[in-house]
Amino acid sequence: MKDQLSQFGEAFRDPQLARSMVTQLKTSARTPMRIMEVCGTHTMAIFRHGIRALLPPTVTLLSGPGCPVCVTDQNDIDGFIALAQREEVIVATFGDLMRVPGTYTSLQCEKAEGADVRVVYSPMDAVQLAQEHPDRTVVFLGVGFETTTPTIAAAILTAQQLKLSNFCVYSAHKTVPQALAALMKHPQVRIDGFLLPGHVSVIIGMEAYRPFFEAHATPCAAAGFEPLDILQGLLMLARQIEAGRPALENAYPRAVTEAGNPKARAIMNQVFVACDARWRGLGEIAGSGLAIRPEFSQFDAARRFKIAVVDMPPPKGCACGEILTGIKTPPECPMFRKRCTPMDPVGPCMVSSEGTCAAYYRYSS
Amino acid sequence: MKSDKILLDHGSGGKLAHQLTTEVLMPMFNNPFLAQLHDGAVFEVDNGRLAFSTDTFVVDPIFFPGGNIGDLAVNGTVNDLAMCGAVPRYLSMGLILEEGLTFADLKRVLESVRTALDRAGVLLVTGDTKVVPRGAADRLFINTSGIGVVPEGVTIGATGAQIGDAVILSGNMADHGIAVLTQREGLRFESGVTSDTAPLNGLVQAILAVCPQVHVLRDPTRGGVGTALNEIALQSGVGVVLEEAKLPVSPAVAGICDLLGFDPIYLANEGKLLCFVPAGQAEAVLAAMREHEFGRQACIIGRTVSDHAGRVVMQTAIGGQRIVDMLAGEQLPRIC
Ligand code: SF4
Repeated sequence: MKDQLSQFGEAFRDPQLARSMVTQLKTSARTPMRIMEVCGTHTMAIFRHGIRALLPPTVTLLSGPGCPVCVTDQNDIDGFIALAQREEVIVATFGDLMRVPGTYTSLQCEKAEGADVRVVYSPMDAVQLAQEHPDRTVVFLGVGFETTTPTIAAAILTAQQLKLSNFCVYSAHKTVPQALAALMKHPQVRIDGFLLPGHVSVIIGMEAYRPFFEAHATPCAAAGFEPLDILQGLLMLARQIEAGRPALENAYPRAVTEAGNPKARAIMNQVFVACDARWRGLGEIAGSGLAIRPEFSQFDAARRFKIAVVDMPPPKGCACGEILTGIKTPPECPMFRKRCTPMDPVGPCMVSSEGTCAAYYRYSS
Repeated sequence: MKSDKILLDHGSGGKLAHQLTTEVLMPMFNNPFLAQLHDGAVFEVDNGRLAFSTDTFVVDPIFFPGGNIGDLAVNGTVNDLAMCGAVPRYLSMGLILEEGLTFADLKRVLESVRTALDRAGVLLVTGDTKVVPRGAADRLFINTSGIGVVPEGVTIGATGAQIGDAVILSGNMADHGIAVLTQREGLRFESGVTSDTAPLNGLVQAILAVCPQVHVLRDPTRGGVGTALNEIALQSGVGVVLEEAKLPVSPAVAGICDLLGFDPIYLANEGKLLCFVPAGQAEAVLAAMREHEFGRQACIIGRTVSDHAGRVVMQTAIGGQRIVDMLAGEQLPRIC
C-alpha cells in the first residue's frame, strides 16, 4: 500500500504539467486577487513545494483558520493542562499539542514536571491505554476538524462497547463551513476566493458548503494536497474571479463527492452535536463546534471533570488572530523570528506543524 | 539462586560485578588490551594525527528493525571518526544498565556490539559498567568513545566546503528514523523499513582513494540531511542548492512520511554520509561509492553556490523554490 501511495503522489508532482498550469494561471489571473487557503495542510504543502514562487504577482495567497491546533482557544489549552495536572489522569494527545503554550505552561513542560501525558497516533490508542490502566482515567484531547472527528466518535463508541468507565474525550472540535461564513462577516477581512480543504471535504462533501456559498456567493474550489491539485484549485478560482462568476467547484473529484462520506458523517452525528464554539482569533462562532451528545456524557471530559474555564487573554503582542484571518502575514508580527520561534513559541501558529508562522519560519527567509 | 536479570549488586564492584565482567563482557570482547583488565589500555598508533570522538546512545526502543542500540553505539562512533577522514582503531564502551534488564537482552545487544566491531575492524580496548536503580535509566544506555588515525594529507572539516562543490548523498534518506519511529509505543506497525545502521569507514576509504581532497564529510544522523546541510552551509559560508527530484527516498519511507506529515529530510540516518567534493571529481567519487556496499544508491543531490551563503535552498520537483531550514525540535505527527 505504501508503494502505491507514493507513486500516486508522484503522478501529481509532474514538473511539465505543473509548468503548463502555472502558465495558464498567469494568463487567467490578470487582476489582483486574494485567495485564502483555508487549511493548514494546504499552507504547508504550498510552502513545501515552493508554489508561492511560481505564482503570478497578481495572486496573493492568504493562510486561513484551518489549522486545528492554531484555532484552539487559549482557555481550552489551559483546560487541557489543568487535566494533565491531575494525579489520576493520563492525558492522551496528538503530538501537535505538546508544545502549544497555554497561559502559564504547556503540556510538554507539565510532562517534564511529572504529568502523565502520552503522545498517541490515533484515538484508538487512547482507548487501549484506558484498557491497560484501569486504575487511571484516560482523557483524549479532541482537537480537529471534520477529518478527525469521525475517528474520535468511533473511539467513543468502542469505549462504550467495551464498557470502559475510565475513558473520556475533551471535545474542542470545530467545523469548517461555519468559519468561512464568519470570515466573510469579519469587517477587516477581504477574500476573493477560498481554496477549500481536501480532507475535510472528503468527509462532508461539496453539499456541506452550499449554504455558505448561497449566502455569500464567493468563489470556492476544493483541492487535494499534491502540488498539481493545489495549482488546479487555484486555476479554477482565478478563472471564476476573473470572469466575475463565483462557483462552488471541486478540483479533487478523485476523493471528494457531492455527499461526502455518509458512513463517517453518520458516526460523527451519532456521537456529536453542533454547538457554539470559541475560536482563537475569531471569537465565538455560532454552531461551529461539536459537543458530545448527552447520551454519551460519561465520555465527556468537560462534564466529568467540571473544568472551570478561567477567561485568560491570549499572549500579549501575539498576532495569531490576524494571522488566522489573513489580515497579517507572520513577518508583520513584531515577535516573529525574534521572541517567537518554534523552540520557544509565543502562539500556537508557530508550533503546530500546520501553523502559518511555523511555515513561514521553516520555508521562507 | 542465580537471577536472569541485572540486579543493583551487579554494579556494586563486588562479586556479582566481577562475574558480569568476567563471565559476560570479557568472553564477548576478549583481546590482549582488554584482557589486562587494567584501568586503561596502552596501545601503539600509526604515524599521523589522531581523531577522538565520543557519543552516548539512549535510543528508544533499544531493539528496532535492522538493528539495536549495540550496533548503533559502535557504528555511531566509528562513523564520527570516519567523517574526520580517520581510520578508526580503538573504542571504549561505557554501559549504564537499569536494574531488572534481562541478561538475555543484554547479551543480544552485546552480540551486536561484537558483530559491529568486527565489521568496522576496530577493537574494544577499555570499558566500564554501572547499574542504576529501576527507573533511573531506560533499560540500557551506552556511551562509546573512539580513537582513529588520520592519514597524512587528509584534511576534512565542516568548514571546508567551497563554491562549486558537488553535494553527494550515499543513499536513501530517513530509513533509520522511520524504522525506529514505527516501533514506538502507540505507533507500532510493520512498515518493512529497516534501520540503515552501518560502519562507514570503508566507504570513506573508498572515497578518499579516488579523491583525497574531499572537502567535507558528514553523517546526517539526528536532524537528518536538512539539518546537516544547514550546519555545513553555515560553517563553510556557502549556499547550498538542492534538487528535490534527486533526493533519494524509498517509496515505503515516502509513503509513511506523507501519512504522518513528516519531512524525510529531517529524519535520522545512521548509515549514510554526505560529501562535498570538487565538481570535477564528483563522477569519480560517485562511481567509487556505488562500488561499495554502503554506497550503492549514492547520488548527487545538489551543489554549492555563492548566493545565499549559509542557507540551503531547494529547487522543488515542480519547479518551485523554498528554503530548507534547520529542524527546530523533534518532528511530531500532525493531527489531520
Ligand atoms: S509569530 Fe508568534 S507571536 Fe507572532 S503571530 Fe505568530 S505565533 Fe503569534
